[in-house]
Amino acid sequence: MKHLPLVVRTLSAWVITLLIVFPLIWLFLTAFKTELQAIAVPPELFFSPTLENFTEVQARSDYLQFAKNSVITSVLSTILGLAIAAPAAYSMAFFPTKSTRNILMWMLSTKFMPAVGALLPIYVLAQSAGLLDTLTSLTIVFTLSNLPIMVWMLYSGFKDIPNDILEAARMDGATIMGEFRHVIRPLAMGPLASTGLLCLVLSWNEAFWSLNLSSAQAGTLAVLIASYSSPEGLFWAKLSAASLMAIAPIVVVGWFSQKQLIQGLTFGAVK
Amino acid sequence: MTQRTVPRALMSPAVATLLLWMIVPLGMTIYFSSVFYNLMQPGEHGFAGWMNYEFFITDPDFGAAVMNTLLLLGSVILISVVGGIGLALLVNEAFPGRGIVRVLLISPFFVMPTANALLWKHMMMNPVYGILAQVWIFFGLEPVNWLETFPLLSIIIMVAWQWLPFACLIFITSLQSLDRDQMEAAGMDGANAFQKFWFLTLPHLARPIAVVVMIEMIFLLSVFAEIFTTTGGGPGNASTNVAFLIYKQALLNFDVGVASAGALFAIVLANIVAIFLIRIIGKNLD
Repeated sequence: MKHLPLVVRTLSAWVITLLIVFPLIWLFLTAFKTELQAIAVPPELFFSPTLENFTEVQARSDYLQFAKNSVITSVLSTILGLAIAAPAAYSMAFFPTKSTRNILMWMLSTKFMPAVGALLPIYVLAQSAGLLDTLTSLTIVFTLSNLPIMVWMLYSGFKDIPNDILEAARMDGATIMGEFRHVIRPLAMGPLASTGLLCLVLSWNEAFWSLNLSSAQAGTLAVLIASYSSPEGLFWAKLSAASLMAIAPIVVVGWFSQKQLIQGLTFGAVK
Repeated sequence: MTQRTVPRALMSPAVATLLLWMIVPLGMTIYFSSVFYNLMQPGEHGFAGWMNYEFFITDPDFGAAVMNTLLLLGSVILISVVGGIGLALLVNEAFPGRGIVRVLLISPFFVMPTANALLWKHMMMNPVYGILAQVWIFFGLEPVNWLETFPLLSIIIMVAWQWLPFACLIFITSLQSLDRDQMEAAGMDGANAFQKFWFLTLPHLARPIAVVVMIEMIFLLSVFAEIFTTTGGGPGNASTNVAFLIYKQALLNFDVGVASAGALFAIVLANIVAIFLIRIIGKNLD
């Protein structure tokens, strides 16, 4: 669209972008309003900001409890996922066999089993194990549903490590463990970090399993926000404050790692 | 010897857990779908044959749910692909603030589905206090009760708001590898902007478009949280998709047998899509 004058391009790009982001800007503003200002007609653009919603959200629905659950499940499932996926990706990237390709494809295919297809079995299993509404079941389910993506992302990251370095290490008599510790680990920090980041984002935003498997005890922030769906009462400012606290960390993480996240989500098909 | 066992041992935890994650639920779903099993009626689970499948498919909500699923899928894909390409082309060339625009554009994709849904349900679409109602009044129109009058369209707007940025970012990434010399050569040969787009840009975007369509299909077939937190599938069945219908059968009607038959239906549907996607991604491995 180079043929359009710069002014037209700049203006239209900014206007469209601001329209798309407007709901988020509005959410941000509403979080600092009183409940009466939040539903004012016409909407108030200028107001003196208040922080009372944030304390109110904590007092009324124990925000910190849900935030703690979100942090625990997403961090634990990320660590657990990396611990399972990294050795597998390492093995497939550096010791490929004839079946490597098929195994990778099969892992990818498990990601495409719709969650709702597994809902009942997982629900029944969690129930009979006494794991409904526990952080354990959520962590396990998050880990498993992210595992295929993690193996893939790590695999393509490891593949980019030049083989010459590995061969040199092997010539010097490095064992597999030694090779891993001294050569691959330093070089693998990049892929590990971006894979971990993607897993954090996915687990943090996960809503299907957390809505169905957890409530008051192990509920994550996605569950807390969902509890604001009832139409009664004045609560938009509080909803906004809770939402802002729930999405801000991940949106900021997303800004800094969008490229890696997109590559992970498309299994490296778009570069 | 160790040269082969160690790599295999490293792989086994991932392979074993994924195998369990796939086979156990699938086996249980197949079993559940073949018996009479209602959580409200304890006792033996008699063999049901094809009864559960018949019940699920002849449920009057089933046809509507399939229709809604396809409408949701088709509309969101159309909006995100067409809108995404347009936006990507718009921000592809340098202009003041391009970096900030790109960062802002991707933001909705990182908003968790429940927060997205309630932000739209209350602050945007509320028929009295919502922003859209204010805009409608500003233009002298009658405000719309979105979730009551256009429940499916409301869900489509929420989901498209999330996935348009995803598609856009993929197209932006892909446009950067477009051959600039070729573009300039075409321009010198007298090609106009539309011809350049049609014969050079669009073919270049064919693969990313295919990837976006496939990925979105997989995720959009099982849209759940947006419906759960806003319309609850209603009014009636106006915004119930297949995923939500299965959820209703399972956890609201407690009918495990029928829900499992529906789940198998959803799995087959997703796998048909997945086969094509996996082929495209597989090519990337070579």
